Amino acid sequence: MNVYAREPFDTIDELTAQDPWRGFLPGSWTREIDVRSFIIANVTPYEGDARFLAGITPRTADLWEKLKVQLKAERDKGGVLDVDVSTPASITAHKAGYIAEDLEQIVGLQTDAPLKRAIMPFGGYRMVKNGLEAYGFKADTSLDKVFPKLRKTHNDAVFDVYTPEMLACRKSGIITGLPDAYGRGRIIGDYRRVALYGVNRLIEDKQAQLKSFELATIDEEVLRAREETAEQIKALKELVKLGEIYGFDLTRPAVNGREAVQWTYLGYLAAVKEANGAAMSLGRVSSFLDIYIQRDINEGELNEAEAQELFDHFVMKLRIVRFLRTPEYDQLFSGDPTWVTESIGGMAIDGRPLVTKSSFRMLNTLNTLGPAPEPNLTVLWSEHLPKGFRDFCAETSIRTSSIQYENDDLMRPYWGDDYGIACCVSAMRIGKQMQFFGARANLAKTLLYAINGGRDEKSGAQVGPALAPVTGDYLDYEDVKAKFLPMMEWLARVYVNALNSIHFMHDKYMYERIEMALHDRDILRTMACGIAGLSVAADSLSAIKYAKVKVIRDERGLATDFTIEGDYPAFGNNDDRVDDIAVWLTETFMGCIRKHKTYRNAMPTQSILTITSNVVYGKKTGNTPDGRKAGVPFAPGANPMHGRDKNGAVASMASVAKLPYAHAQDGISYTFSIVPSALGSTDGDRVDNLDSLLSGYFMQGGHHINVNVFDRETLVDAMEHPELYPQLTIRVSGYAVNFIKLTREQQLDVISRTFHGASN
Amino acid sequence: MAHQTNLLAFRDAPRAPEAHADGGRPARRPVAHGFVHSKEAGGAVDGPGIRYVLFVSGCPLRCQYCHNPDTWHMRKGKETSVREVVAEIASYSGFLKRAKGGVTITGGEPLTQVEFTAEIFHAAKAMGLHTALDTSGYLGKRVSDEMLQDIDLVLLDIKAFTEETYREVTGVELQPTLDFAKRLSALGKKIWLRYVLVPGLTDKLDEIAGLAAFAASLGVVERVDILPFHKLGEFKWEACGKEYKLANTEPPSRELVEKVRTIFRSEGLNAS
Repeated sequence: MNVYAREPFDTIDELTAQDPWRGFLPGSWTREIDVRSFIIANVTPYEGDARFLAGITPRTADLWEKLKVQLKAERDKGGVLDVDVSTPASITAHKAGYIAEDLEQIVGLQTDAPLKRAIMPFGGYRMVKNGLEAYGFKADTSLDKVFPKLRKTHNDAVFDVYTPEMLACRKSGIITGLPDAYGRGRIIGDYRRVALYGVNRLIEDKQAQLKSFELATIDEEVLRAREETAEQIKALKELVKLGEIYGFDLTRPAVNGREAVQWTYLGYLAAVKEANGAAMSLGRVSSFLDIYIQRDINEGELNEAEAQELFDHFVMKLRIVRFLRTPEYDQLFSGDPTWVTESIGGMAIDGRPLVTKSSFRMLNTLNTLGPAPEPNLTVLWSEHLPKGFRDFCAETSIRTSSIQYENDDLMRPYWGDDYGIACCVSAMRIGKQMQFFGARANLAKTLLYAINGGRDEKSGAQVGPALAPVTGDYLDYEDVKAKFLPMMEWLARVYVNALNSIHFMHDKYMYERIEMALHDRDILRTMACGIAGLSVAADSLSAIKYAKVKVIRDERGLATDFTIEGDYPAFGNNDDRVDDIAVWLTETFMGCIRKHKTYRNAMPTQSILTITSNVVYGKKTGNTPDGRKAGVPFAPGANPMHGRDKNGAVASMASVAKLPYAHAQDGISYTFSIVPSALGSTDGDRVDNLDSLLSGYFMQGGHHINVNVFDRETLVDAMEHPELYPQLTIRVSGYAVNFIKLTREQQLDVISRTFHGASN
Repeated sequence: MAHQTNLLAFRDAPRAPEAHADGGRPARRPVAHGFVHSKEAGGAVDGPGIRYVLFVSGCPLRCQYCHNPDTWHMRKGKETSVREVVAEIASYSGFLKRAKGGVTITGGEPLTQVEFTAEIFHAAKAMGLHTALDTSGYLGKRVSDEMLQDIDLVLLDIKAFTEETYREVTGVELQPTLDFAKRLSALGKKIWLRYVLVPGLTDKLDEIAGLAAFAASLGVVERVDILPFHKLGEFKWEACGKEYKLANTEPPSRELVEKVRTIFRSEGLNAS
């Protein structure tokens, strides 16, 4: 919703003498900022197959070769090529930078050179220094005078307000990955607005919003809104300057396809110059850009090869978004991810597919440039998507393992037809919704706390409330469950309060000005909590219920090991006895979260997603009653534990699909790996069968799936000979990574996962 | 916002088959149990689409290259009730239909437990699922015409085309398999022919040409899968304490596999 509506303005630009909106059908988008209305009025759905696509142009090939040299240099230097150590990043801090100016059709870099990282000290100055040191760079001491003495950072502020209880939870790892030392991310600016309206129009709108906050009572809430809106306006003005740095006039709308891509990209670039959010997602731009490209093609100004070139050059830029991180961060989120997630496809509410030729072009970058983890290409799947597109997706998945799929038929009723995925699985309506990212709580460890009366099984410290521990030699299901509930209640309370602390300070000290400038005045905020170790906790309870689990206590009297007598049904085999427990855990913990007041009245949600942090969570958790040994990684996301899903892919999918999206609206991540020969004996069979698997899984209510199609042997070989696999991309719990950039531990974790069709 | 839409209803798969009515067929005494080696929900290589694959135990053949020798003895399988298997299939029926698949019964040799196999196919058909029987055809006589009505596709594994080679490979005679193939042809039942190509054992090109001509004459062979010999099952022979005669045999070359496919294609068959 926007407060400032006006008549369609005279859009003829004096310099180009072109009406940027020529040929477009009007709608509410001509009166107010409403990109969805523009897309619905003007999109040309494409129902054909991939044969129209063009290959790579010589110019693109040349540019990509140049960039690949730099990417190799970056790897050879241990992960970070270069850092500008003395210029705190901002939208306008750096002069123009290029890979090869004469070749680039789309321009703009985060700093003045490709892969040169900027420092972003507002999140936390110590982290910047640690990051620099870890990669062999020297901090600029002049900044020591600024941070935190003159300018307090987000990190300092959060630690000012954390309670001892929160600190204890953070230390023990029962809550891990909190965005208290890095940018929270998972905010998607509607970068398309820059292209469709030009920045002047967006500033006018924001000024009208500011005026709407001239109220009788100017209380804290109104003051915050006024300050934030004022900051947004400043950021928009800086975006215009960024345009000038690269020689573009962003005050006006884009007049053709190339400008539309460039304008959209500069909007995004401003965001990644200013904020180092964990996930800096792009949104849903392909079919929006298609409207411009299609107009150019109709006007005879652009051919298919040139259209593909625009996408290739755009995507090359997205592939080299970089932030300076610390090694601890890398342990959590390995492989230097940025989650430049682009959502592709899906259906319009009116029943038309939102698949356009540019949906194909975006996916085709995996062919022209080869596989890559970024941008995080996410297909919004519906069983109504055109067959030609579905086949192209399956084909590309099989060849590159670089695509994730999310269930549009499931999400559309919640979020409409112009949502995008932030990070891995978090749906949000573009420009109308943001989230307070909340990492995750460790359910498996919480179960151990319940058994041990709130004492940590590793350190022995009393972290949780001192409730009665389990005393008998054998675990009794009802007894454990009764103790587990108050422990979950306690954890949810500490967890939500910690998140409230973080996001209050993040808004105060590290506000995402440009991203929020590309949002409406009034937006939906979600408090995106999360859980890790779901399958470990469910299997543990199943073992307690259906087998006999004996407790082994150490000299401190803590239950630190368990022996299991008999078998128990494990999650991932479509067995309701345990699947119901997993559902119960999901609903119950969500219920605990919902009881607490959230910052800015955010709507509480949770995800079942770990990204690569399943390894760290496992490390921090002792032996569990399901037989998992201390330190062994959890399964990623909502996956069954490695090797316990024994009844085949469909059984595994069926179990995961039972987890209720209504109680995990921030997403349920499932990673699926299959060897090519198990998917079919011919290429055609494989495409058909992958399409069939996806249809079956989503029809059952599955939310998300990562698809990996390769042999375990390929991964083993890549571990031994990383130099031969610079582009080997695999999907891990909601995002894709370069396999060779994972830590060895994480590589082994990936290899140990269930590969369907392989003799395990 | 749209909120709390009950999408859960989508995945409420029936817990048991709903249609159990015998469409006017003669009553027969149901078999309550069979012996099952294993099952896989999600097979993609044993018939069209994504399939529920049931591996029953017991096989009269002793193929030299068998990669599942642990399925030879029926009683080594797990005793499982028809009801249990059918309930499980029912829980996947929505998925299998959407995934253009169905149910495949393989083994072992499913026809060693022909009644058990028939019961399951009958229930699967009643659920509207596609059914496929994976068999050597050696026990084809045991299949009644009535049972064939419940089978949409036969994955027929013809392991050689002369009595001599067939006996060398399998230890039993070939003729029953050929008779079964002709019977399927007469009934218009679709066949996917499978041929395991083992260098030095089943790579005689003239014999293969004979098989190709025979397959083409049937008029019901939709597809021919040439399966290159592999040794993934070798460890199972050791585990069973049996001598693996093909320990020194290598998988066929890509060229040989292609050559064999060409022989089938030259008969107008769709070989992959």
